[in-house]
Amino acid sequence: MSTDLDRLHVVVTAKVKLNDLVTRFEFVHAGGKPLPPFSGGAHALVEMRDGDVTRLNPYSLMSDPLDPSHYAISVRRDDAGRGGSVFLHDKVQVGDRLNLGYPVNLFALDLTARKHLMIAGGIGITPFVAQIKQLQSTGGAFELHYAARTQALATYADALRAAHPARVNLYLDDQNQQIPLERLLSGQPPGTHVYVCGPRGMIDWVLTTAHALGWPPEAVHFEEFLAPQPGMPFTVELAQTGKTICVGEHESLLEAMEREGVDAPYLCRGGACGQCETRVLAHDGTFHHHDHWLEEHDRNGRKIMPCVSRFEGTRLVLDR
Amino acid sequence: MTIQFNDETFRDDYTFRNSDWAIRRFPFPFHEDSYMYSVNMERHRGGPEGSVYAKRFDVDEHYISEMRDRALVLAEDPLRCQSLPHMTLAGWDLLELIMVNKSEDYPDLFELDRDGNKWRWINKPLSIDDSFIFMDEASLPYGPMEYITRQTQGDFAVLDQRENNLWMDAGMVTTQADWSLDFDIGMNFFEWHAPVPLAHEMGVFKRALKFLLNVQQGNPARRLNWTMTVNPLLDTSPENYHKWGVQKTTLTPENLGRKQHLRVELQTFYRLPRSNALVFPIRCYLIALEDLVTIPKWGRRLHRVIRDLPVELATYKGFIDNRPLILDYLSQFDDGLPTSPGVWPDLDSEPPLRR
Amino acid sequence: MSTFQFPPSIASRPTYGTLGPRAGAAQIMLADAEGAEALLAVAKTDPELMRRAHVIYIPKHTGAQFIDQLRAANPAILHVAPSYAACTQRLHRVFSAAPMGAQLYLAGTEGLIGQAMALALQIGIPKSAIQTEHRGSVARRVQCVHCKGITEDVMIDPFQCSHCGLNLFVRDHYSRRLAAFQGVCIDAEDPGNVPPSVELYS
Repeated sequence: MSTDLDRLHVVVTAKVKLNDLVTRFEFVHAGGKPLPPFSGGAHALVEMRDGDVTRLNPYSLMSDPLDPSHYAISVRRDDAGRGGSVFLHDKVQVGDRLNLGYPVNLFALDLTARKHLMIAGGIGITPFVAQIKQLQSTGGAFELHYAARTQALATYADALRAAHPARVNLYLDDQNQQIPLERLLSGQPPGTHVYVCGPRGMIDWVLTTAHALGWPPEAVHFEEFLAPQPGMPFTVELAQTGKTICVGEHESLLEAMEREGVDAPYLCRGGACGQCETRVLAHDGTFHHHDHWLEEHDRNGRKIMPCVSRFEGTRLVLDR
Repeated sequence: MTIQFNDETFRDDYTFRNSDWAIRRFPFPFHEDSYMYSVNMERHRGGPEGSVYAKRFDVDEHYISEMRDRALVLAEDPLRCQSLPHMTLAGWDLLELIMVNKSEDYPDLFELDRDGNKWRWINKPLSIDDSFIFMDEASLPYGPMEYITRQTQGDFAVLDQRENNLWMDAGMVTTQADWSLDFDIGMNFFEWHAPVPLAHEMGVFKRALKFLLNVQQGNPARRLNWTMTVNPLLDTSPENYHKWGVQKTTLTPENLGRKQHLRVELQTFYRLPRSNALVFPIRCYLIALEDLVTIPKWGRRLHRVIRDLPVELATYKGFIDNRPLILDYLSQFDDGLPTSPGVWPDLDSEPPLRR
Repeated sequence: MSTFQFPPSIASRPTYGTLGPRAGAAQIMLADAEGAEALLAVAKTDPELMRRAHVIYIPKHTGAQFIDQLRAANPAILHVAPSYAACTQRLHRVFSAAPMGAQLYLAGTEGLIGQAMALALQIGIPKSAIQTEHRGSVARRVQCVHCKGITEDVMIDPFQCSHCGLNLFVRDHYSRRLAAFQGVCIDAEDPGNVPPSVELYS
């Protein structure tokens, strides 16, 4: 389950600028076949060959999960990032061929739930778009509360409200509107599950509030996609393969290992799934952990998640 | 090749027989002369032409008779097939998985025509030709899981994935090695495996669960499991144990080769796309010891495995009382010669039995 | 003393803890017989929480012994029921109205805890909102795997199924959905050869 995962070969059929930040891309199968169906909340890795650099970035699929004719993703431009979103926005055009990973779901609906309470912030709306389509087909109860900076940046808000006027609630920062979280989380019927996708601060707010109101952890779901952060270049020794590699400013440790032909497992490439967890054998310096997988006691020089985390110091030896 | 389907029974007069073809392709589970639990998972990506691994859902000469036996079991006890309410979507996923794969792998036996959600399914061996609306339960005579698993060999456990665990929330279970779906439905991975001795302490289930949670679409996996069964009885259920248990006491040195069967489960694991559930097809293959020992390597090896198996395992697998009798029989087919590594018969290279 | 330490067993066998006060949108407590002692312990730790609680109590053989003590702990509602069966509809109503965040406290025999847990889960109350503490009898509810009938208050092993009459041995394998242990025919391979019964955990 790593670099030899099968790829889906697709063609870009639409590139739609939705607002100043977000563009939607649509894909069909390059061989004209149906694409595999998926479950709402799933993401796919998009393989981007940008000169010498190959990136695999995860994006939530937001087309109808039951419609195999095409996939869609929505990409928020991040000029301060490592270039994946900028590459898609600036370089990828209709007609281009791309490779995608098979859909993987780390933010699935709990189908035992009697009701799904969804809380979205900004581009965190994308997994919910697919989940709502799934619930529409299978008849599940849901309620969406969606916060965005302005009306213009509230991607898909109009379409969602038009389709589900009684179930979609929008809150705009520039109108000083805020999700009434405490009220929402009090008085939900038994069997309600709450889902949050958005910036870290929003996720923490929901988790903390839910916990304080007595919500058990199995009814609270969250997803935060962590794009690998750029950072100072560093050098790492790989004990199993006997290689010493340099991690550049704009690549992740995982990408550097792959560039050097080191086989490292992965699934989400976003610090969430735990597949790429790697033992630290020796170090002299500071870790910059960006994942939400490792336990606290593992962060102090025992383990690292090479997909998103970095290192600064004189020596790092890993068990790879 | 065209399969010649047998007309046979798995109960009462037990007319079940394996042809020479079926004996040679039997999924012998021991790759060396001893056995212990392990997380023996590998990718389910085909196998040698003609082997039970070659197709995603193997169809063999027992197909029609096994489906007839399943219908008999369900008529006696409908609780062998159950699906908790949230598992219907997974049932449709499973129906699609099987119909697509069988029609691609066996175009002479199965046909699937899809026009949007209007589907037509033709199953020639069972003389079925049904048109239905995909995702519309009312258009099929049974729920989607029951409909398709009444037409597919092997048991099916359909597992919901949540809370970093797998939950046995639906299944079709009529050819089981002594476990009850009706009792175990709703349990998580550790709970339904609770009665298995030794493996928990070895950490086998923790590792297996971690592996299974990460089985992804497009990447099915498989493993083998095994036990011993007296008579070719598919339905060794706890429900009917008070009826079949006594058969275990009917072995004699004269009838053992014919009555004692090695029972092997080919377990495969698929991620189901729409529901994010996991399906766990458990396909049961039976072989009489007298047929198994016609492959010299297998005769030598099975003797050594059964002889050296820990008492706890022989007890759990239910043949501790019969072990001495089985060993007496198998020892005739073990001349002490070394065996080649791996599970294949190696008929061309392994020496015949030295008497 | 009404507590009993169950020996370690297999992963499907339920384990029990000690009830402790937990913040939540509602407080629902259910106990039978000596299980009242576990509720009284919570009330002692957090009298304020008890004043918000809805308590349902089934005295069984303990008669009036604990009723006055429970009343003295001053719960918002105290309902005394003659049997589990008699209060099932009430439980259904109370569980269904419990908002997410409600806390459920179950104390007493395994049969009571298991049945109330199964009902709560079926209604959608999440597992980790439910605390359990075993008190009193170690009798078990056992389902006959053959005829599916459930025999209550099984104290001996093997025992005779109260429905089909087969001689069953009691496994530790437990179904949360059925709230029952599994009973399997003990003389299937040697009909009539039934070992003498012994008391459970004796």
